[in-house]
Amino acid sequence: MSNSSVLITPDNQQTVLQLDKINKVFNEGTPLANHVLHDVSLQVSRGELVALVGTSGSGKSTLLNVMGLLDLYSSGELRIQGHLTQGLSEQQRTQLRSESIGFVFQFHHLINAFSTIDNVLMPLMLRYGKPNQEQTEYAQYLLNEVGLANYAHIATNRLSGGQQQRVAIARALVSRPALILADEPTGNLDTQTADEVFDLFERFNVEHQCAIVIVTHDPRLSARCPRTIRLTDGRIVYDGASANLPNAFTKTV
Amino acid sequence: MSFFNAISRLRNSLWIEWRIAIRFLAESPLQTLLISVAISVGAAVIVFITALIMGLQINLINKTLGTQAHIRIEATQQHNNFSEFPEGKYVWTFENPRAQRLQTINNWQEVRDTLDQYSAFNTVSPLISGPAFATKGSARSSVALMGIDPKRYTGIINLEEYLTEGQFSIEASDILIGYQLAKDLGLRSGDKLRIDAGDNHQAVMNVAGIFELGVRELDSRYVYTSLKQAQTLLNLPGGITILEIKISDVFSAEYWAQRIQKLTGLYVQSWMESNGQLLNALNSQSMTTQIIRVFVAMSVIFGIASVLAVSVVQRTREIGILRAMGSSQQQILRVFLLQGGLLGLTGSLLGVLMGYTLIQIFNAIDTKLFVIELETSMMLSAIFIATLAGVLAAMVPARRAAKYDPAVAIRYV
Repeated sequence: MSNSSVLITPDNQQTVLQLDKINKVFNEGTPLANHVLHDVSLQVSRGELVALVGTSGSGKSTLLNVMGLLDLYSSGELRIQGHLTQGLSEQQRTQLRSESIGFVFQFHHLINAFSTIDNVLMPLMLRYGKPNQEQTEYAQYLLNEVGLANYAHIATNRLSGGQQQRVAIARALVSRPALILADEPTGNLDTQTADEVFDLFERFNVEHQCAIVIVTHDPRLSARCPRTIRLTDGRIVYDGASANLPNAFTKTV
Repeated sequence: MSFFNAISRLRNSLWIEWRIAIRFLAESPLQTLLISVAISVGAAVIVFITALIMGLQINLINKTLGTQAHIRIEATQQHNNFSEFPEGKYVWTFENPRAQRLQTINNWQEVRDTLDQYSAFNTVSPLISGPAFATKGSARSSVALMGIDPKRYTGIINLEEYLTEGQFSIEASDILIGYQLAKDLGLRSGDKLRIDAGDNHQAVMNVAGIFELGVRELDSRYVYTSLKQAQTLLNLPGGITILEIKISDVFSAEYWAQRIQKLTGLYVQSWMESNGQLLNALNSQSMTTQIIRVFVAMSVIFGIASVLAVSVVQRTREIGILRAMGSSQQQILRVFLLQGGLLGLTGSLLGVLMGYTLIQIFNAIDTKLFVIELETSMMLSAIFIATLAGVLAAMVPARRAAKYDPAVAIRYV
């Protein structure tokens, strides 16, 4: 793939993510059809920090996968940085994903065969091959930022859960994406570590002005996000300031 | 070497794929080691068996063709001529086949000179051969009298090499006889021997040397003399009965035999025709080897494929992560193809080394039988083919890996 993007124009897109009446049906057209997302419409702008909440099975993860182009949607319109994703080839989807989106998963999902810094550099290496000095320095800078400066050349399976999650965050940031999608990033961390990891999200959100969508079960964390989107049975039932989230919802979480 | 240059160029253009492939292989060392050993055993068997059979065949051919020409040209056989009979009538004839008396090849000098111009022929040697009796005292033995042109005949059988006694000379009344005949008639070099070719053509000859060709039939019957002597004795002045040819590529003998037949109209026979049994044996040997090689190669390919299929399942989650990190389907495909190729490469390198060692051991144990040689080109082609087979074997698992749905793969535990 070439270094210059064919998909992203370098203008200041304020709307990073735009969903319009997105539907997702698994096993479409078969008796096992399962309608997971119903007419989901939302917008995420540059620099926003959004919590995506809902009970298990409400479709949060599916929605996140659709936003991240990991999964196809059945109908509707999805734009990433203004680009319509309808009808893109697998290769174009991959390129758009690698240029615009960073992922953080619940089980940190590092590749144990590689060292910490190589894990951070992975999105760049997959795109450009052997990393140059500037890329390596940036990865090292990100490791400093997440407090793992001295762990660069250590195998990732020797790190603790919290440390691994911080590596995953550094990795999500290395390609300077406009959007970070995090699926239960603090799901298997203790409260204190979870807070530390969330601090990082907040900091990078402000410093790098990237939009962040976090799927979480933890009401304390969602309360720290300025905006909350709530899904029930694949429908958005609340989208607004976290502070105004009706009590009825917070209780059931 | 350009082979390794190509590898290093491949490494640079597929930097990250190469790196991931190597790390994946290194991360499960036991699995990698086991399949490499399995591949190397297969490659060693193929290399060893190929070299063994090749050595055996070369040995057999050399032994058989060492004492005979590759192509023999004789005068056309004599046959009865019938007068033409009127059309529409049936003629019932009773035919006695003609006796084949010795007859010369017409214009043999011209034929010889024409054939000399072909670069495919190493030697074209005239020969006059006919039956005679050899007598010493009251002992008598039937022999084949062979009149040769000594310079040219060296290219067919280098008699000097086979001499066990005396010296190579067929000038004047000198003859060379086989050691079996010498034994039968109690002769040593320097002794006299009477040759009787019938029709009162006889002469007392001088045994100049005794040879041993290692073929009993030849050692008990061949008596070599000069062309002139033989022509006189066999009453065929100036004539020869056979033109013998040696060619560089022994397996093209049949092709050339047919060409010469068309060119000269003479009776031409290649060694392949006169040694049908040998050729048959060689062919079935080659076929057997081929079958063994195919089956061994198949088991190696399936071995690589199954190990990679397991590896793809083991790596499902990592494949999902790589896809989410922006790797393309083609990159994933190449990672697994490379793993297959690398397994084939290392396995076959080890295997060729093992095959080489086996051959050295074989040669050291029994040098009397025959020596196997391992050609560099064969080793290189074994490595090349094994690497290619590795890539091919990886095709199915690699395609599966590339087709994984990243959203599903990433949740795989």
